[in-house]
Amino acid sequence: MSDFAAPTIDYAGLSPVIALTAGICLVLLVGLFRLPHWVAPAKTLGVLAVTAGLCIWQWGENEDLVESALRLDELGLAASLIAIFAAAVTTILAMREPAAEDAGQGAFGALLLGSVLGMVLLAQAQNLLSFFIGLELLSIPLYVMCASAIRRERSLESGLKYLVIGSVGSATLLYGFALLYGASGSTDFGEIAAALGEGGQADDTLVLIGTAMVAVGLAFKLSLAPFHQWTPDVYQGAPTPVTAFMAVATKAAAFIALARLFEVALGPLTDDWQPALAALALISIVVGNIGALGQDSLKRLLGYSGIAQAGYMLAGVVVANETGLEALVFYLAAYCLMNLAIFVVVVVRERETEHGDDISALEGIGRSRPALAWPVTIGMLALAGLPGTSGFIGKLFLIEATVEGDYTWLGVAIVIGTMVSLAYYLRVLAAVWMRPEPEPVQTPLPAIAGASPQAPATEGPRVTPSPASERPLGAGRCVLVVGAGVVCAVATVAFGVYPDPLVDWATDAGSSLSL
Amino acid sequence: MLQVMLWLPLAAGLLACLVARRLTGWVAAAGALGTLALAVGILIDFDSASAGVQHAVDEDWIPDLGVRYSLGVDGISIFLVLLTAVAWGAATFWSAIRMPERPKTYFLMMGIAETATLGAFLAQDLLLFVLFFDLMLIPFYFLFGSWGTEHPGRPGEGTIRPTSATIKMVIYTLVGSLLMLAGAIAAGVIAGEGTPVFSMEELRGGDALSESSQRWIFWFFAAAFLVKMPAFLVHGWMPDAYRVAPLAALAVFSAVLSKVGAYGFLRVVLPIFPDATLEFQEVLLVIALASILYGSVMAFTQTSARLVAGYSSVAQLGFITLGVFALRPDGADGAVLQMVNHGIVIVPLMLILVLLAERTGGDDITRMGGLAMRAPVLATLFLVVTMALLAMPGSANFIGEFYILNGVFQEKVVFALVASVAIAIAAYYALRLFQRAMHYRKRDDVESREIGWREGGIVGGLVACIVALAFYPGVVLERSDESVKEQLGAVSRSAPIAQSDDSHFRPQGNPE
Repeated sequence: MSDFAAPTIDYAGLSPVIALTAGICLVLLVGLFRLPHWVAPAKTLGVLAVTAGLCIWQWGENEDLVESALRLDELGLAASLIAIFAAAVTTILAMREPAAEDAGQGAFGALLLGSVLGMVLLAQAQNLLSFFIGLELLSIPLYVMCASAIRRERSLESGLKYLVIGSVGSATLLYGFALLYGASGSTDFGEIAAALGEGGQADDTLVLIGTAMVAVGLAFKLSLAPFHQWTPDVYQGAPTPVTAFMAVATKAAAFIALARLFEVALGPLTDDWQPALAALALISIVVGNIGALGQDSLKRLLGYSGIAQAGYMLAGVVVANETGLEALVFYLAAYCLMNLAIFVVVVVRERETEHGDDISALEGIGRSRPALAWPVTIGMLALAGLPGTSGFIGKLFLIEATVEGDYTWLGVAIVIGTMVSLAYYLRVLAAVWMRPEPEPVQTPLPAIAGASPQAPATEGPRVTPSPASERPLGAGRCVLVVGAGVVCAVATVAFGVYPDPLVDWATDAGSSLSL
Repeated sequence: MLQVMLWLPLAAGLLACLVARRLTGWVAAAGALGTLALAVGILIDFDSASAGVQHAVDEDWIPDLGVRYSLGVDGISIFLVLLTAVAWGAATFWSAIRMPERPKTYFLMMGIAETATLGAFLAQDLLLFVLFFDLMLIPFYFLFGSWGTEHPGRPGEGTIRPTSATIKMVIYTLVGSLLMLAGAIAAGVIAGEGTPVFSMEELRGGDALSESSQRWIFWFFAAAFLVKMPAFLVHGWMPDAYRVAPLAALAVFSAVLSKVGAYGFLRVVLPIFPDATLEFQEVLLVIALASILYGSVMAFTQTSARLVAGYSSVAQLGFITLGVFALRPDGADGAVLQMVNHGIVIVPLMLILVLLAERTGGDDITRMGGLAMRAPVLATLFLVVTMALLAMPGSANFIGEFYILNGVFQEKVVFALVASVAIAIAAYYALRLFQRAMHYRKRDDVESREIGWREGGIVGGLVACIVALAFYPGVVLERSDESVKEQLGAVSRSAPIAQSDDSHFRPQGNPE
């Protein structure tokens, strides 16, 4: 031990992680002072912008970090960028949100950044330990954020439910990791693959059970059926901006991590896990689409639709080829944009009407609020995979991957799932465009969300008035929120008409595993 | 020129959203008229001796997925493009006169619909075709759902609401379309072996696809096209949608969208899946025959004028399918002519139904009567349309049906004999519609009023097209012939291989 060599630290490669960590401290400190309410969200956005800049700067670098615990490549950075974008939109949505005000904007921002940090680590992890640390760092702030509307019973229930189910998932995953370590004698992805490949241990019971447990643990996180039961409840109970974040960012990071784990570390076992994951994908498509049919709550509907969409995306991992991975990255990015476009509208209408997140909250906005009606329309059409939107290109990409990977039946399953899904997506659109706006209830309460004259905003009965929500609002906030929705919708259409930039980006990311 | 024509309606629709409210309709109408002018320009420029694609545009769109932005017209699509432009021109002008509520969204949707439909006819890349084919439906979901009206329905049926009727329509039609998407991707990837190929030109002949692949992909495509037509058994969405739809939008829907299905068979299925086509020829002929008989019988039992038109379309599309699946050049030539004929007849018919509804307060033909009394011009226009609808000898429809039956007769005598019965039924339902509305005793609550000059101009122009086509149907036939033979080439070529033991299946080479 005489010639102790200090490890070389690649600060450039670690810079997104460092920026986020510093940002958490900074934003948390803001909460200690009595500053104008916009300071903490602005700081959070600043930190996210810096991190995004650093990710883009590191784009194209391919190297191992921290004794190869992390892998800096386009795949991880792509997931990080999606998570960062989702977090930025969430921050905008959470401004003035009663939940975030209750928790304190500083604390809320810090939790959000903590979760993003977890996602960045998870998406880059190529070691079982860093994988687990990333996953927990991602989850724990989310448990708290779900419960952050402390005056609402539903929110607390949602947080608790998420905590319990999430812990079961983590425990299962950890047990699976232990078994994999036992079989291969290593925690590094590359060494696991080598050990499994050389030793001919691919059929070892220990390995297979370990793989199955890992798959189940991740299925909990990704809300894949039949491990999805928590999803609708948690989605509905959580404050809507948090739901939006969970729906898109968690999926992005966890899917990339899943792909890296299964296709790198468990690569020698491809023939064993392919049918199992394909079954999971099929069940998710069926359960998600059928479950969504009868929902009246938009958040529950999006929860179930998210299960089905996760099934589609899993097809990209199942086929275990490069096209599949590219399709997955493309679909994750497209999914992020279209889902956020919808969630923005849900948030705005939740504050403007007394219907909460019920479909009836959207009735008649086609006539009175085109700036809200179009984003939700484009988002729904994109989720349904109709042409002219990035959702169509995404489906095309995924189906092409399934045919290439000899899983054509899964491609057909995606298509049939999409048909079923139209029934509920179009139901929402019918409410938006084909029903008259309900008579506004005249209440003397002050507007919460800078409402339009047609729809005087009222405090929903489900939300107990809190001191924070009774403050008069600046008009600028509403423009920012609606603007975020419009940006997402425009991007969805733009990438549907001219998908080349996003396809190139996804191809870069997808080829970095060199399958 | 082709590109300008394709995107002009959409651009006009977007522009119409930006201008003042009272100008909205006229901007959109100007766009539709410009499109029509360009379509005529392309027709004049068309070289009828060539079978291939003209005015071709071919650029990379998504190179990583092998999808190309590739457009062009050939002898089959040129007249369908023209039909699209005529139908939309008439319907857009009509709407601009009447000015629907929320005009900006309405005309935007009409513009998107026209661009998508033109795109489907122009696309030379399989996936681009599927994209436009699916896109066509979206604007009609909004048009039918938002501007549709409730319909009392048949006795005991209950009120039909636009929302549920359109959701039914979209799900029905997209079931087919999405299967087609999967089929198209599969065809491209399997044929490409590594690098997907979606160019229709390269896929033609079906050599790259094994017979077993062709078989299932054939049905995925057939599902999309048959639902769109609609054909018998998959027509369930039609009655509800036809009864609630706003008639101007229904006019273009009925005139053009159903033709995309028939066009798809001719353009995609026959050349790319020739083995499967030969295998399933008789199944499709049976479906076509069933559509003809069912549509005709239903059309003369309906009391709703919209449904008479709707079921007659089912029957007409059955005829067209029959012509396509005769797999002979004369049958397919007749099918192309009949597509144009039916489209050009159904648009004025629907617009006349608007006028009838305004004078009688609904579409129930038992509550009409005596409308001809004070409206000789309207009655004359309606009569010409009716005569064309029932394929009166002398009309272009007669020629179209003759060609189709001639083709089928040489191929399968029985089918031709049964189908000819339907021509007689057509005379019955078409005349019944006309007599009930125009003749008989005038009811007290019915107002006999002459057609306005602006509406008269639009309907008159369309009727002039019908008459012109009746005098000179060759304008279509001589241009489509070469392309039709080219598309049928694959079927004729693979016939001896696929059906060598079954000589009666084989098309008899070139009849001329």
